[in-house]
Amino acid sequence: MSQPAPARPLLEVDGVSVRFGALVAVNRVSLAIAPGEILAIIGPNGAGKTTLLNAISGFYHPYEGRIAFDSTDRTMLSPPDVAALGIARTFQNVALFKGMTVLDNIMTGRLLKMRGNFLLEALYWGPARRQELEHRAFVERIIDFLEIQAIRKTPAGRLPYGLQKRVELARALAAEPKLLLLDEPMAGMNVEEKEDMCRFVLDTNQEFGTTIALIEHDMGVVMDISDRVVVLDYGRKIADGAPEHIRKDQAVLDAYLGVAHD
Amino acid sequence: MIYREAGQFKTSYASDQAIFPIAQDRAVVLLALAAAFVGPPLLATEYWLQAILIPLLIYSLAAIGLNLLTGYAGQLSLGTGGFMAVGAYAAFKLTTAFPQVSIVLVFLLSGLVAAGVGLVFGIPSLRIKGFYLAVATLASQFFLVWLFNKVAWFSNYASSGTITAPDRAVLGVTVTGPSATASARYLTALALVTVFALVAKNLVRGRVGRSWMAIRDRDIAAEIIGVRPLRTKLLAFGISSFYCGVAGAELVFLYLGSAETQAFDIGLSFLILFMVIIGGRGSILGSVLGAVFIVLVPIFLTNAPHALGLRLPVALQKQIELMVFGGLIVFFLIVEPRGLARLWQITKEKLRLWPFPH
Amino acid sequence: MTDLLYLVAVAPFTDMAGSPAFLVEVLLGGVFAGLMYSLVALGFVLIFKASGVFNFAQGVMVLFAALTLVGLLERGVPVVVALALTTAVMVALAFAIERLVLRPLVNQEHIILFMATIGLNFFLEGFGEMVWGANVKRLDIGIPDRSFIVRGVQINQLELTAALTAAVLVTVLALFFQKTRIGRALRAVADDHEAALSIGIPLKTIWVVVWSVAGVVAIVAGVMWGAKSGVQFSLSLIALKALPVLILGGFESVPGAIVGGLIIGVGEKVGEVYWGPLVGGAIENWFAYVLALAFLLARPQGLFGEKIIERV
Repeated sequence: MSQPAPARPLLEVDGVSVRFGALVAVNRVSLAIAPGEILAIIGPNGAGKTTLLNAISGFYHPYEGRIAFDSTDRTMLSPPDVAALGIARTFQNVALFKGMTVLDNIMTGRLLKMRGNFLLEALYWGPARRQELEHRAFVERIIDFLEIQAIRKTPAGRLPYGLQKRVELARALAAEPKLLLLDEPMAGMNVEEKEDMCRFVLDTNQEFGTTIALIEHDMGVVMDISDRVVVLDYGRKIADGAPEHIRKDQAVLDAYLGVAHD
Repeated sequence: MIYREAGQFKTSYASDQAIFPIAQDRAVVLLALAAAFVGPPLLATEYWLQAILIPLLIYSLAAIGLNLLTGYAGQLSLGTGGFMAVGAYAAFKLTTAFPQVSIVLVFLLSGLVAAGVGLVFGIPSLRIKGFYLAVATLASQFFLVWLFNKVAWFSNYASSGTITAPDRAVLGVTVTGPSATASARYLTALALVTVFALVAKNLVRGRVGRSWMAIRDRDIAAEIIGVRPLRTKLLAFGISSFYCGVAGAELVFLYLGSAETQAFDIGLSFLILFMVIIGGRGSILGSVLGAVFIVLVPIFLTNAPHALGLRLPVALQKQIELMVFGGLIVFFLIVEPRGLARLWQITKEKLRLWPFPH
Repeated sequence: MTDLLYLVAVAPFTDMAGSPAFLVEVLLGGVFAGLMYSLVALGFVLIFKASGVFNFAQGVMVLFAALTLVGLLERGVPVVVALALTTAVMVALAFAIERLVLRPLVNQEHIILFMATIGLNFFLEGFGEMVWGANVKRLDIGIPDRSFIVRGVQINQLELTAALTAAVLVTVLALFFQKTRIGRALRAVADDHEAALSIGIPLKTIWVVVWSVAGVVAIVAGVMWGAKSGVQFSLSLIALKALPVLILGGFESVPGAIVGGLIIGVGEKVGEVYWGPLVGGAIENWFAYVLALAFLLARPQGLFGEKIIERV
């Protein structure tokens, strides 16, 4: 599972700080993700993990520091621009379009790939129609991949939580991202669901070559599937390395066990 | 339905994505459409055409326009009347300045003018959301109506901004103005709304519709997927205003014959909004059903007491109309906030199983 | 070009300076109109604060209150009894609205509730007209519509009374919200219905209290306005005018409703008198809304509102 460090990381976060007024949520964090890697970001609650992900997604602009994707600086981009670069993500509290069916949710995820000619679309003719059908075929492949065929026409709001998370993953995959950011993809799942989800995450990484960064609390999952782990505490990075080393790192243990901080 | 879906398996994505996946549905709709084109001109009375069918078609078009903006893209607008006014006055100026241009082209051009105005008034929608946006659209409503009233140039210097439709012909048949027959006007309105409804349906089931619905449902998630909010919202405002502009032009040219600025006041905006809400937000069919409902209720209320042998004074009738309107709106919102279109859907599903309850 | 600039940017101000007494009168007129808007907006704020519902029917409730009062007075009912009866009617109306409209819609989105109140508006309009008749009525509350002159400025006695009443009412309400137990409960309810329920706040009672208070405010507004310009159905259109007031002042702020109302009232009057003639008049039709729009662009949450930070 561990690979030699490649020459060029896919995502570089360099000394990034994110502030809300006087509160520093992320404090000069630097990390790099290699292409094809699965990176886990862990840390106690409030460590700034989701904030960091939000900064990478373009929701928050860093107070200082630099974020580069594929060697291009993208520190100050807006979320749609970030998406256009090939970064997709899922949310802690599932952000599906509750009123739409599963199929529509995933098709909507494909919007970036849909090049449109307005006039042809108005007539639903020729190239526009063919495109629509191609996209549908692609989305069906994702549906097969994530084994959600049975619920394609169910409104997303009616699904149980575990399935909603899976659909959110499908939607993110629909855009064929180079980098996938997952915010607690296993939260609230039982053992079986977690196993399935782990399988899907691994398959996505291996079959599509998608680079994955995930925030996760379940140590078992982290140890099983990640290539590398980054640990945050109080907005700072306190460890970075292979899973086996992290689990024995003193600073990490202190953070989780709540040793007094200065 | 008398026919079922049994035995009809969709073997391609194409057939699943079609507007009418069931073959018989398609047949029924085509038949109904043919009947709509042929029937009323031959069979309907002048009254029916003038008082019911023509306004129905025109309001349907406006309701589709508003539904695209409010129902699909989730941008609440109380400015429909203003945009319809833009279409009407633009059509008037264009056709009086260039009488030789086909009136259908004039309608389309005035739609484009309305779309332009809609784009301008839609710009605030990036910063302003929800209720606040509704108030912002009120600004456009009141300002536009005032503009057409005060600036006499728009009505060619007629009094109180009144514009009158001149005689214009399409393919040799007079379709607007005092000499146009109700049948001619009806067919023109029907043709236009059929085409535009089809276009709207195509738009909403494709890329454009998806980006609208994504913005409507959860604009943050939409941004993550790559939808650009400003562009998407402006497109919604533009297209919606186009539809409303054409409807406004039709309102004067094919229905009223002449109108003052008051015809486009806030009352009209509310009327169209009701059609969208009662008919069903996010549904093209719903827009039409809503229009049918809103047009027929007053007619029914006018004629029902008469049929029952009661004579009601006009004022009382108006009051009852208001009460019934208001009451029905509240009733609908409680019982089925997703409108008539949803009720229709439920009915179809029940009919599928009939006579079994579930 | 310079002519235009002069007309727009200089002339109005020289006009103002030229007859200061008249300017004061215009300002006072604006203040009065503004206070009227504020009173109506206040009703909105109360209801929005407590139930999160934007009650479009507030305007027609004002009308209804005025109509009921006038109707009773016309039938020879003594003023005090009439006021008491009207209050009772408004409270009953509040009950009915809560039962029939609000409760069934408690979980729906805001737009649905807004639409419902518009439906309510139509219903009450028709109903009011049916019960009380459609012609304009004079409302006489014993205060003469006379003016007296102070230092060259005409001040109308009725308007002055209205202004003072509004001021008193607002102060009382502001204190009520800040200091009393019920006021605090109301603020909790406005913030989060379910949370309030879970700590034992009786939601239904609160709503009825609030809608009743709003009804009383409606009576005051209706009386003031009705005494000044007669009770007629254009009163319900005032609801629309209250919207820009709420934009400026925020939907949930009592002082905001006052400030917003004053800004709109004065702005409208001054704009109409000094700039109106340049464009043919009737600026009042749209001035308030355009002002609100401009404000919104700069500050989407209104003057007093809180910035909404979305948590992702």
